[in-house]
Amino acid sequence: MRTPLRPLARVLDAREKGENPDVIEAEERAIRNVKVQMRMRRRAESRLLVLGIFFFASFMVVGARMASLAASVPTEPVSTASIPQIANQRADIIDRNGEILATNLATTALYAQPPLMVDPKAAAEGLAQIFPDLDLAKLSEDFSGKRKFLWIKKKISPEQQQLVHDLGEPGLLFGPREMRLYPNGKLAAHILGGASFGKEGVNAAEVIGIAGVERYFDETLRDPARDGEPLQLSIDMTAQSAMRDVLAGGVKLMSAKGAGAILMDIHTGEILSMASLPDFDPNNRPRVLTEGDQSDSPLFNRASQGVYELGSTFKIFQAGINLEKGLVNENTMIDTKGPLKWGKFKIRDFHDYGKQLSVTDVIVKSSNIGTARMALAAGAGAQQEMLEKLGFFDAVPLELNEARQTRPLLPKRWSDISTMTISYGHGIAATPLHLATAYATMGNGGYKVKPTIIKQKGVQPDREQVISERTSQKLVKMLRAVVTRGTASFGEVKGYEVAGKTGSADKPKPGGGYYDKKVISTFASVFPASNPKYVLVVTLDEPSIVAHGEERRTAGWTAVPVSAEIVSRLMPILGLRPNVASAGNLQYTAAGN
Amino acid sequence: MKTFLYMMCCAIVISGAYWAYKENYRTQASLRRVSDLQQQIAAERESISVLKAEWAYLNRPDRLRELVDLNYDALGLLPLMPDHFAEVELVAYPQVQIEANELVDPVSTSNSGSDARRSPDKEFP
Repeated sequence: MRTPLRPLARVLDAREKGENPDVIEAEERAIRNVKVQMRMRRRAESRLLVLGIFFFASFMVVGARMASLAASVPTEPVSTASIPQIANQRADIIDRNGEILATNLATTALYAQPPLMVDPKAAAEGLAQIFPDLDLAKLSEDFSGKRKFLWIKKKISPEQQQLVHDLGEPGLLFGPREMRLYPNGKLAAHILGGASFGKEGVNAAEVIGIAGVERYFDETLRDPARDGEPLQLSIDMTAQSAMRDVLAGGVKLMSAKGAGAILMDIHTGEILSMASLPDFDPNNRPRVLTEGDQSDSPLFNRASQGVYELGSTFKIFQAGINLEKGLVNENTMIDTKGPLKWGKFKIRDFHDYGKQLSVTDVIVKSSNIGTARMALAAGAGAQQEMLEKLGFFDAVPLELNEARQTRPLLPKRWSDISTMTISYGHGIAATPLHLATAYATMGNGGYKVKPTIIKQKGVQPDREQVISERTSQKLVKMLRAVVTRGTASFGEVKGYEVAGKTGSADKPKPGGGYYDKKVISTFASVFPASNPKYVLVVTLDEPSIVAHGEERRTAGWTAVPVSAEIVSRLMPILGLRPNVASAGNLQYTAAGN
Repeated sequence: MKTFLYMMCCAIVISGAYWAYKENYRTQASLRRVSDLQQQIAAERESISVLKAEWAYLNRPDRLRELVDLNYDALGLLPLMPDHFAEVELVAYPQVQIEANELVDPVSTSNSGSDARRSPDKEFP
């Protein structure tokens, strides 16, 4: 209720008493002012309070946010869909047709944390039962001792995992693993090499290549930027399998200690198959020998690591030198009257070939004397130059560390006698891979090839020409004559015009000198002779076979038939049709029933 | 007018806040779905790689060769050899089989002869 400034009652009262009624008005006014002031003050105070609460709350929010930021683990804000996970840790390896040679498989590792164990004794007993190869006494000791952590198995199967799970022991734990799997077993074992675990953690382990392409391309295979793109080799899996099969048969038949074979594309240098026996399973790679000769180990690749004196297969290089220098042509007669004496050395032939032979016949009949005379005529310099160009002075630059570390053995001093013996493949030792590379040059028109294990898109550009195309053609003709009427008559495969040269060399004794009855027999060939496409080198270590009532060791009886079988099995697989014109009356046999 | 403006502003702010809130949760839901799908993809990929490995293992040449040898009676497969190749010219043109009585019977040597031989009843019902 509003009180008037001049309340009538009080004004009348004041007038009666003769007082000034204005005072009453002033009083009323003062009271009113005080009230207004009070109201204003209250409003201001409440506003201040609201503002204060607002500021307090804001600062509290800021403070709380700061505290939570300071106390929490920093995480990246998830604003976009994360990048898809990389499928595999390590890229697959495939053959030239896309067949898988090496891939990954998810598996499990088993480890133990003894402090978490309820019943260590029962756990040890259970594990020993599941894994018979584990030692119960050692496990019990480890579980009851002071160890806080130990690996038990690096790879276990799902069935084994279930069995361990059924033990119900909380101290036995599993870690996910990715392991390398070679589904084809022993096939191409020396090329693939193998892999094992590097740094190991509970949640993951690093898979590293330890040999072969796995080692050479370790970085590439692990490179995440490749996005799991497989590594494509030049190997043809079917051909490789057939080669291994035939070679194994040959080794058994010839009771050889081992064997190596290489099939190479003559133009591109791609290795289509390379086998070495004995071999191993890369899934379960054997340990490196700690004593004895490493070449007895199945890990040893006879094709790319075995340094052997390759014997008469070298004769064609001498013929090449002399033809290229214009010293002879294929029909020039060479003096082959033996024995050839040089100082205290005598060079003999396997048989006496009479007074002279043409250059072609020197190769066909494999005359040491004839080749030695050709070497003397051309000189040591020409020989060295040619062998260096053909790659016999260096390790083969193949994408395998084992091959890159294998250097040929050369004479310390290249005397005249060295020149003569080297011309027929003695006094120089190289790998069958060196020989295949050199034969590729001899047969492909004289171009140098770089052997490779990776699939190529075609011929390597700017190849160096070592010998002329004409010389190359003449040499292939000579090699063809070796098969048609010479030492390699078993090498003929109808329709494939095999041209090649045999070589049998006595194995050197570790102390010096040569073994009497141990040979390395080699057959190096190019085919088809009319338009060479492939080089094949087959080497048998200590072969021997009884034929026509005699024990035979020479390549003509051992390496050559194996080589012929490889050609007839592998060429249809690789799609090379036999040349019907050269096969004569080839008979058609209906395939199938 | 002023009040109306205030009301409008308030309404805009509230609806904006509601929209942002909704979008935020929708985004989070999508991200969760994406990560779920990615896990699923990873699991599928793993099983694909296992199946591929198994396929390669089952198709290894050694095993196939053994199977072919075991089932030689049924399959009759041999390694491909050079004499399995031939030129088309070497394949003889298939000989027409002539039955002895065909020449004796003049009806079956007519144009409709082959049909007649197979179903003589239809020709002469």
